[in-house]
Amino acid sequence: MKTSYKLLAASSLFALAAGSAAAQTELRMMWYNDGIEGEVMQSLLDGFHQAHPDINVTLDVVPYQMVLESLPIQLAAGNGPDIARVTDLGGLSQYYLDLRPHVQNPEYWETNFGPFLSWLDPDGDAINGFMTQLTVTGPYVNRTLFEQAGIDMPGAGATWDDWATAVNAVAKALDIPIPMAWDRSGHRVAGPAISQGAMMFDAEGAPALVDDGLKRMAQMLYDWHQDGTMSKELWGSVSGSTYLGANEDFANANVVMYMSGSWQIPQFTSTIGDAFDWWAVPAPCGASACTGMPGGAALVAIGDTEHPKEVGILMDYLAQEEVLAEFYGRTLFIPGHLGLASSGIDFATDDPRAAHALSTFAAAVPTISPTAFQLQGYPSNRVLFNALISRLNEAIVGELTLEDAFARMEEDVANQLAESGR
Amino acid sequence: MARVYDKPQTTGEALTHVAATPVRVLFRLLDYPMSAIQRLLGIGGMPWLFLLPNLVFFGMFVVIPLFLNFAYSLTGGTALFLSDRPFVEGEQYGFLFDCENYADPLSCREDRFWKGIFNTAIFIFFQVSFMVLFSLITALVLNREIRGRGFWRAVFFFPVLLSPVVVALIWKWILLRDGILNAFLVSIGLERILFFVSPDWAMFWAVFVSIWAHMGFYMLILLAGLQAIQPDLYEAAEMDGTSKERVFFRITLPLLWPNMLVVIVLALIKGVQVFDEVYVLTGGGPGTATQFIVQYIYNTAFTNQVQNFGLASAASMVLGGVLFVLTLTQLAATRRRDNA
Repeated sequence: MKTSYKLLAASSLFALAAGSAAAQTELRMMWYNDGIEGEVMQSLLDGFHQAHPDINVTLDVVPYQMVLESLPIQLAAGNGPDIARVTDLGGLSQYYLDLRPHVQNPEYWETNFGPFLSWLDPDGDAINGFMTQLTVTGPYVNRTLFEQAGIDMPGAGATWDDWATAVNAVAKALDIPIPMAWDRSGHRVAGPAISQGAMMFDAEGAPALVDDGLKRMAQMLYDWHQDGTMSKELWGSVSGSTYLGANEDFANANVVMYMSGSWQIPQFTSTIGDAFDWWAVPAPCGASACTGMPGGAALVAIGDTEHPKEVGILMDYLAQEEVLAEFYGRTLFIPGHLGLASSGIDFATDDPRAAHALSTFAAAVPTISPTAFQLQGYPSNRVLFNALISRLNEAIVGELTLEDAFARMEEDVANQLAESGR
Repeated sequence: MARVYDKPQTTGEALTHVAATPVRVLFRLLDYPMSAIQRLLGIGGMPWLFLLPNLVFFGMFVVIPLFLNFAYSLTGGTALFLSDRPFVEGEQYGFLFDCENYADPLSCREDRFWKGIFNTAIFIFFQVSFMVLFSLITALVLNREIRGRGFWRAVFFFPVLLSPVVVALIWKWILLRDGILNAFLVSIGLERILFFVSPDWAMFWAVFVSIWAHMGFYMLILLAGLQAIQPDLYEAAEMDGTSKERVFFRITLPLLWPNMLVVIVLALIKGVQVFDEVYVLTGGGPGTATQFIVQYIYNTAFTNQVQNFGLASAASMVLGGVLFVLTLTQLAATRRRDNA
């Protein structure tokens, strides 16, 4: 009798454990970090788990390079995560899950994420996810260096040439090694190129990378590398389309002006703090415009998930206005939620430099050129970006003439688009 | 005749007998199936049975991927699975070899492939030459009766144990604008040098770091060769009053030559495959100055938005052909050494 009682208790416990294990749904979210957003997301996921104890979400934090290079292969092989944070928004759209049947209120999503949903699904009207951040490219300057050199910062409407003259003067006066630095990224170059008149597409909407506007920008960048305005250390020291940022050099006050974007705000808040006045300034002007490039990262649901219903529940939870307000507020990211963008975010910072940078980049959004939006929404935009930086780099270090580089850019774009079209 | 374990004579033998019991039981258990298999396969088939596990792994991870790679090189598009990719015959090879003048990479349609080949050739020439030279010198020095010989052998071998990424990061920190080497140059009143901006400096450091990281391995092979030379040959030469140079060129070098050949061929093979160290150290730059053939394959397959697996596979087949020839040379060299 005693043995039977023990057996019964053991089998009941086993059944209970097995039952709870069977009810638990495991979701995996691939994530990369620019700053502290991983920590913030983890705390939001902890909140989600309390509200939905039957769904367990594992946050897999990986290097950004892995999101760019390995994730597409995982997705093609059907071995991707359930949810991922991506920046190649339209390029991976074939792998996304349409959340429309799985979210409670599709209208809420359309109202608040509407313009960005088409970045994720350029050819349809699917709901695939939401923007974890909107970004705008633009420069930061070390205002303290300007003050120490006794040189005035160029004002509104200043051109790239005005800035080049000013930063060279500051660098010369204070013996700063790098007057100006741009991230080694095609996306970063695209804004100034459009400002110089680059159209990026022909009249039929087909990609047309090389035109007079792009040539003007390329010549400018080439000349700056030859005359020392920009150091070849960043653009010249690696090959191909490798991304390199000058954020560490800027944080170490080795750079007077740094062309990057709004996503650097949280990082500069923590790494630079009040060591010097890091100051965001509006995008300098070219011959045609004064524009940066829009962009951002999105949290998307992956089509191969075995748990679309649970993914829908999680995405609904994370996309709530109050949850996103906390996320954007703590991460200092420009909101990709229209309701929050208009009502305003209570950013968790009392740093005046961060507050100024946030308002500068937010104010830049209405000045972004339609061409920049078109380029950002083009699914194969990285083909253009990569051809641009890799060939321009070869010209900068003297392996190609600029004219040869332009010809190679066009060939690279044509070859890659032809390959993807097979 | 009684077997030794039947009747242990001493306590030690008794303990050995007890300790060996499980092994004996295991061997007896195995004896029956093995005998049955031997009857089935015959004595000549038994070596194949023992090779089978290795052959299975070799087939799975070398032979099948090789054929798959070749199949991919005949396809186009961006689909991952072979069944989804269109067959394009030798188009990828045609694209790679479409050149007006093979001596001028810029005249080729796929200029980066040819730049990769040229850069790899330059790298191999300098790296293998200096690697063999420095390994030989180090082995000769460490073969002598010097103080702390064991310590110095360990010092020279230590970098071999490090991960290539660690090696590259250490040297990158040394060579950067604000690195230790530039700090030293500035401290003695010299100008700072931007090593990774100059193509010549970048290639120099790629070669240097590679030699630093791998020299210990080749040194060890040569040291083993040196220690295998009979000392009486040197004694006889000394009695004849032969000069040290003559001893080196007439005794040491000829007898070490089979080991040298192995070192040269192994260094060549490793040189053709160079990637990780240089990728972390220079990123292939400046421009394409240190972009080698393996990095070209990696970039073509993975870093572009349009991941061109077909073209990358075709380039890998070309690289595989070069490695095959070098491996055959190495096998021939090893055989000659064994027969010597």
